Amino acid sequence: MAHATSSAGLPALELGQAPGRIDPVLLLAGLGWAGAAALTLLWPNATDDWAFTEELAYLAAAAAAVLALAGLLPRAPGLARLRRAGPWFLVLGIGLAVWEIATAKLDLLPRPFFAPPQELLTVYIDDWPRLVECVLASLSLLVTGYVLGALTGFATGIGLGWSRLVGYWVHPVLRLIGPLPPVAWLPVAFFTFPSSWAASVFLIALATFVPVTILTWSGVASVNSAYYDIARTLGARNRFLVLKVAVPAAMPHVYVGLFMGMAASFAVLVVAEMMGVKAGLGWYLQWALGWAAYGNMYAALLITALMCSGLVTLLFKVRDRHLAWQKGMLKW
Amino acid sequence: MVSAALAPAAQPAGMALSIEQVSHGFVLQDELLPVLQDISLGIEPGEFVALLGPSGCGKSTLLRLIAGLEPPRGGRILADGLPITGPDPSRVVVFQDPTLYPWRTVWDNVALGLEARGILKSQRHRVDQALELVGLTRFGSALPHQLSGGMAQRAALARALVNDPRLLILDEPLGKLDSLTRLTMQGELVSLWQRSGFTALMVTHDIEEALFLATRVIVFSDRPARIVEELRVDRPYPRHRDDPELVRLRQRILERLGLGGSW
Repeated sequence: MAHATSSAGLPALELGQAPGRIDPVLLLAGLGWAGAAALTLLWPNATDDWAFTEELAYLAAAAAAVLALAGLLPRAPGLARLRRAGPWFLVLGIGLAVWEIATAKLDLLPRPFFAPPQELLTVYIDDWPRLVECVLASLSLLVTGYVLGALTGFATGIGLGWSRLVGYWVHPVLRLIGPLPPVAWLPVAFFTFPSSWAASVFLIALATFVPVTILTWSGVASVNSAYYDIARTLGARNRFLVLKVAVPAAMPHVYVGLFMGMAASFAVLVVAEMMGVKAGLGWYLQWALGWAAYGNMYAALLITALMCSGLVTLLFKVRDRHLAWQKGMLKW
Repeated sequence: MVSAALAPAAQPAGMALSIEQVSHGFVLQDELLPVLQDISLGIEPGEFVALLGPSGCGKSTLLRLIAGLEPPRGGRILADGLPITGPDPSRVVVFQDPTLYPWRTVWDNVALGLEARGILKSQRHRVDQALELVGLTRFGSALPHQLSGGMAQRAALARALVNDPRLLILDEPLGKLDSLTRLTMQGELVSLWQRSGFTALMVTHDIEEALFLATRVIVFSDRPARIVEELRVDRPYPRHRDDPELVRLRQRILERLGLGGSW
């Protein structure tokens, strides 16, 4: 009986919230992208004839079609997120049009520092094998260093929070090297390590290590002492207190440390690749700058931003699953 | 109680406790702040003893010593004739705050004691039984923040009872509950104690609660705590709050605490 009412009540509620079948914002966004496509195609370029201008127009037109279709479709279940992003699509469409006009069509911005959108498209189409290679190189360097730094930081933080001996020896070292920006080690690292790759792994690990250590430590130190008292009266020994009380209680802090460590590791990654490593996105950025290939630079910058943001999103997703027991978490 | 005394071969369900001239204090800014002064008290197996006194007088400290969380500075405490050297699952504490582990479900919280001792795999049914005992069977998979105050305290009680404690130490366990939940849980505590036969030792500063639950009420002075009065409450269970004998005892305790004129 109760089951029947609840299952009948849900769709009614959903229908009640839907104002209509057509989403005007998505339609408008589609119109914006169609406009951008039209002016790209029909308005002749100012100076030289940029490659892939037509292709850019077709891509924008395709986006316009998708948006318009999504706006017209009856409520398909997968489109909820697209609908919420409607205003963003509209603004992005307008932005693309403005960018296109300011660069390719009117040449308002000084060249060659500002590339038109079709130039980025050109880079992605012509140079994608190298870009993919660079992304993979950066990822393998970053992940190796980050995982090493996070694991040692986690272990050191627990040691600091738990053992007086570890605290005695590690705390002063941490106080000395913790505030030092990891990039300051760069010259030393490059001649003490056998390869620039190993040096970069070390620097990324160090950049991750410091915040993860400090936050894990503070997490363990701030565990409610009643948690220990209760576990002890229930028969828990030291090992259990560390692994089943201190560590889970400290996890919210640990994730803050992992987040801060990730941000620091990005900085070190890009600098290390710019300075010595002969592959990766940082190297590509530097290389593009050297050849005054600003289109390549913007293209690589966009990929770097997407990669970093994607990794942070992944970290937050893992955290949300792991810390689902918490109330009121910050959503990334 | 009587049957336990008549069967000396089997270990009685409740623990006998002997507190001998115990003194304790805390060092505060290089000075020793005395908290307990020369406390001596014997508790028979299966008794329900309430410790009553002004707040901050040191009753909770005495419970921590009995739980084995701290050693006393003076005197000694014997559990079944043996000195207490540390915490033990036969002496379990329920605190005023339920202090459930927020990352564990209710079931996993209750299972903690068995898990810590490495016997959970073979004894899972005991967790279910403990949850049933406190009426939380349907909430095993809930997380602590989803529970009301009374339910959380029930879960904490189940977490203690799952170990089949021989001494249940209750540190104002109902202190933070609303008055209706409190009355219900007082009744539940009595029936749990009667069914299981453990010795119960409860700190409270609610005189009615002490008289409703306990076979003996120990009244403490202000800090440093001394025992100023011991009352046997010889009334059958379930008790009635307006029982004239209980009313008389309450009056006496109020006078002992210097509040005689307020009623």
